[in-house]
Amino acid sequence: MPLISSFLILIMLTAALAALFFEDLLNSIIAAGLVSLIAAVLFYFLKAPDVAMTEAAIGAGLTTAIFVLALYKTERGES
Amino acid sequence: MKFRNFLALLVVGLFAIVIFQALSVTPQAGETAVNKFGQADLRNRTASRYLNKNVNTENEEVIYQESADLESGSANIVTSVVANYRAFDTLGEITVLFLAAAGISVVLNLEKTKKRLFADKEASLILSTGIKLLFPLLLLAGTYIFVYGHLSPGGGFQGGAVIATAFLLKMLAEKDFKINENTITLVESAAGIIFVGLGLYGLVSSGSFLQNFMGTGTVGQLFSGGIIPLIYIAIAFKVGAELTNIVKNLIEA
Repeated sequence: MPLISSFLILIMLTAALAALFFEDLLNSIIAAGLVSLIAAVLFYFLKAPDVAMTEAAIGAGLTTAIFVLALYKTERGES
Repeated sequence: MKFRNFLALLVVGLFAIVIFQALSVTPQAGETAVNKFGQADLRNRTASRYLNKNVNTENEEVIYQESADLESGSANIVTSVVANYRAFDTLGEITVLFLAAAGISVVLNLEKTKKRLFADKEASLILSTGIKLLFPLLLLAGTYIFVYGHLSPGGGFQGGAVIATAFLLKMLAEKDFKINENTITLVESAAGIIFVGLGLYGLVSSGSFLQNFMGTGTVGQLFSGGIIPLIYIAIAFKVGAELTNIVKNLIEA
């Protein structure tokens, strides 16, 4: 289990850095959604299923969709 | 000074007096009368009961599907905190969410011309067919999550978010799918009124706001936990309506 957790945390850190450094904001949003998704899995490993469900439904699902919709309503590009 | 300013000063002053009275503690014999801010005495507070209480002292052992008339009666301990012991905080949280949704609709509806997002594009066959199948299933899953919130992981916030996601996908898949603004307002207001009404009934009948005034039943059954399932259903409808309103405004306005 620690091996899987550290692997997931590694992916999470990479995705978080990628969200910072991507040129296109759409890619950044998808990377941020990946961070939320892995956070949900880690919450489940830590025996907090309520928080995991909230993170998966709101953090990974709805927030990503709202960010994409907001991006389409504004100028697309860097920063 | 205008009369309105004077009135505002009076209200603020009264509010400050109430807050300072709530913070000051009745001194025991031999204690200093004045408490410093943030160093209040815990002994006469409601919180001390919850800090010192133990589930096993009064009820010996809690057995699933057998123990009856427990204090909270919810099998999910997170739910008994969110919807019973700290239900007042939850009321504040959904109010914050309501304010966020209201702010988004005000900002997005400033322009008079309304242009629906992706109005000139047809949704792909996979998306439209998939959503036709998924929409009722997603609604069912969301309903299950919030109805069983006091028994299994999940609850009002998660169920409401799943339902809002279902409506988001439906709006993306079908161009002419519209939700009536008045329906959202009605559902949201009715859920809020039910929440506060349950709290006020507890205040009238048992003496404190959001007191669990109904019998809690047997732990682990669907009809148990007193007002906890009712509060969670109200939260789910309120959160679902608010999040649906945010998504609808982003797509349509």
